[in-house]
Amino acid sequence: MIKDQEYLSEKASYCLDIAKKLGASDTSVVVGNSISETVNFRNQKLDESNRSDNLAVNIITYIGKKKSSISSSNLLKENLDTLIEKCVETTKKTPEDEFNSLPDKDLLAKDVKDLDLFDDTNIKNENKIEYLIRLEASASSNKKIINTESSFTQDKSNFILANSDGFSKGYKSSSYTASSVVVAKDDKSMERDYEYTSRCHFKDIKDAEELGKSAAEQTVRKLSPKKIESEKISLIFDKRIAKGILSTFAGAISSSAISRGTSFLKDKINQKLFPDGINILDKPDILKGLGSRSFDSEGVKTNTLKLVEQGVLKDYLIDTYNGKKLNKKSNGRCGGTSNLYFDNGNISYKDLLNSKSKCLYITETIGHGSNLVTGDYSVGATGYLIENGEFKYPINEITIAGNFVDMFQSITLANDLEFEYATNSPTMMIEGMVVAGK
Amino acid sequence: MSNFFEKSDLSRNDAEGIISDTLKKCDDGELYLENSKSESILLDDNKIKNSNYSSDLGFGLRAVLDEIVAYSHSNEISKNSLQQSSQNLKSTLKSAKGIYNHEIPKTNKKYYENINPIEQKTLNEKIEILNKVNSYLRTKDNNVKQVTANFLGEQKSIEIIRSGGETLTDIRPLVRFNVTVMLEKNGRKETGVYGIGGRQSYDSYLRQDSWKSVCDEALRIASVNLESKPAPAGEMKVVLGPGWPAILIHEAVGHGLEGDFNRKKTSAFHNLMGQKVASEGVTIIDDGTIDNRRGSLTIDDEGTPTEKTVLIENGILKNFMQDRLNARLMKTRSTGSGRRENYRHIVLPRMRNTMMLNGNNTQEEMIKSVDRGIFAVSFGGGQVDITSGKFVFNCTEAYEIINGKIGSPIKGATLIGDGPSILKEVSMVGNDMMLDPGIGTCGKAGQGVPVGVAQPSILINKMTVGGTKL
Repeated sequence: MIKDQEYLSEKASYCLDIAKKLGASDTSVVVGNSISETVNFRNQKLDESNRSDNLAVNIITYIGKKKSSISSSNLLKENLDTLIEKCVETTKKTPEDEFNSLPDKDLLAKDVKDLDLFDDTNIKNENKIEYLIRLEASASSNKKIINTESSFTQDKSNFILANSDGFSKGYKSSSYTASSVVVAKDDKSMERDYEYTSRCHFKDIKDAEELGKSAAEQTVRKLSPKKIESEKISLIFDKRIAKGILSTFAGAISSSAISRGTSFLKDKINQKLFPDGINILDKPDILKGLGSRSFDSEGVKTNTLKLVEQGVLKDYLIDTYNGKKLNKKSNGRCGGTSNLYFDNGNISYKDLLNSKSKCLYITETIGHGSNLVTGDYSVGATGYLIENGEFKYPINEITIAGNFVDMFQSITLANDLEFEYATNSPTMMIEGMVVAGK
Repeated sequence: MSNFFEKSDLSRNDAEGIISDTLKKCDDGELYLENSKSESILLDDNKIKNSNYSSDLGFGLRAVLDEIVAYSHSNEISKNSLQQSSQNLKSTLKSAKGIYNHEIPKTNKKYYENINPIEQKTLNEKIEILNKVNSYLRTKDNNVKQVTANFLGEQKSIEIIRSGGETLTDIRPLVRFNVTVMLEKNGRKETGVYGIGGRQSYDSYLRQDSWKSVCDEALRIASVNLESKPAPAGEMKVVLGPGWPAILIHEAVGHGLEGDFNRKKTSAFHNLMGQKVASEGVTIIDDGTIDNRRGSLTIDDEGTPTEKTVLIENGILKNFMQDRLNARLMKTRSTGSGRRENYRHIVLPRMRNTMMLNGNNTQEEMIKSVDRGIFAVSFGGGQVDITSGKFVFNCTEAYEIINGKIGSPIKGATLIGDGPSILKEVSMVGNDMMLDPGIGTCGKAGQGVPVGVAQPSILINKMTVGGTKL
């Protein structure tokens, strides 16, 4: 059983009291507990079971404009006493920073919205196994599949965030995740691909057979890939890759990157970064949303942000510290975005595929090739050649490259948005990128 | 040494009893106890942004039966908690019929000292160095617009208790010092990153203002990048510099030679043992025994002493890297490569310090032999798909080579290649082997562990460079 609100609140207020006694002028503390249970299958047999019970405390103490932090997994009183003493001592020795402070009181969340983020259902290991048996049977029914590795995880967590300004709130959340990674082989090649599903509520996850079938089909389709010539060409990004481009955008508009001057999107507010019709929203109050939250990691209330409207950048993702530096109020985005998404475009998936006589469809990228300082982008990629709307053959061992400033201006979105993850995008086309192959 | 039972209602005797009872019909397993203390101090944007101290204590109980691993961990070292974990394991491995393998080699060697690097330098001294770094860089070059510098220090004490009461312990220090600098000139911004570290005290790296050389190197890389042109796109010859670029070896072949992927036959190398997988003259080892190196370990996280494992000898595939589970299933022995990020994770076969040994060529010869290609001196991260064998890494300092001469610096580009075939494309191996500066962290299955790499300069006949210039 995860620790209840009462236990966590009691620990949190103990920490606040001790810190105050030891001389901290302000304190913020998070006490959290999460229990995660995973069962892994491999080739239709049990491979691993893993139970993890994590208790953690993070404390930030301030003395005026000085700040320091500690974290620990040991919540015994004597350990907390020692650590908080160390934290306060370190705070005294740390130089002042004029922007250090707790969030403004009037920005703190007044209540915890019921966003339906917790499912009380307990999926016992035998039921996880039953799901995995069906999943792996379905994935393995394809003769070209030579290895399957699947897992089912149930996560339950609870936390309290409290600070010395009287804030003390938290809530439970849960997630159920099933995934399948499979390997397919033919006489020329061996390929791997995956499928997964993750939801706050058990009844919302994908059906086991459907998941296994989809993992197998996506993998078999990649067999016997070809390498293509280097050329400038339009790329269509599968949703699971398109959302990564959206995450990169979010990184570049974080107030920390902006205030430090290390983002290619610095000083771009009210400028047109995307074509007309492109809207980017961050909506924290979607019921059962994987990124939903009532307040950010400092306790600041979160409202829906229209980050990009009709192609124009309207807002940054702002926390208290960097907000003060930029002379802006926090908009409740300490810790990043909530449910971030591109609004649907005007064109169907099918019409997007048909819109060029020749293009590449990208299903996977590898490498860490996004440079937020310069906006340069260069990653390894796998996908398909598409001619006149038809998938011709799989391709791999290529790279795709460009600069986000140009890439953003050349985006076309399909109208197939779904809320599968915390960050979501419809299928995306970007024209005129450079592919390096042979 | 941590006494894990000191403040607990669980005595060592109780623990041994529970371990032996849990593992009696299993093939392997142990109780792994860990106490880690770590500190991070960050200077950024002219200020000390963060000083964080963290302490983490916990155990992981593992039972292995045939191919099945049952694992349960907790950060509460108590009788109740260990018994709960034991129940959890037993319920997974209901009809256990294994034979516990007690055999574990012993060692008297130690590759680092029992120190706590965090305590060896006061907070004020560390803050003072970070402030000096900041003003040194900003004074040295007017184009410096951002400086980030940080210290990361850690001491990890571990104890492994096996069925029957056999106990193995290790105390592991680890430090890292990193500098990132951003330059801005004529509206253009570029960064340079450099760092050093290993399993020693900070002073072993920072004696007599040697932090300046770390700053100088970060600044040099950033300055080179400020002059960089768009990188070429397409297949061409690539000369790799010595040292850190060996992450190519780590990604291209290292992961593919880890025991688990080969037992499961999901690695592109699984059926190539004893065969030629690299050009003659290419020898690659994975060594956990180099004094004070970031990837070195006295014993691995199953208690097996580490060793120098020959992976590829003169082009021929000789060994995979093994933990106990994969070694047993593949009927070989553990190479002391069983590692875990911390007590929250299961053991996996992992790399330690992966090195390509010296050949006979010089870097000059390599560059002279290239009509059109690139010379890659420093890299950011890399990644591999071990099944298809395709791997990438990102250049952070590279130059074009035209008609045997080094030309302009080029923008950071991703290079992509095919692991099983890339080593056959190595046509020259240099005589200038260098270890990396001690900054690598390898990720696998959600677990990060510190690793090292080393190599001499090498010439690769053909790789795809992911630039934008066709």
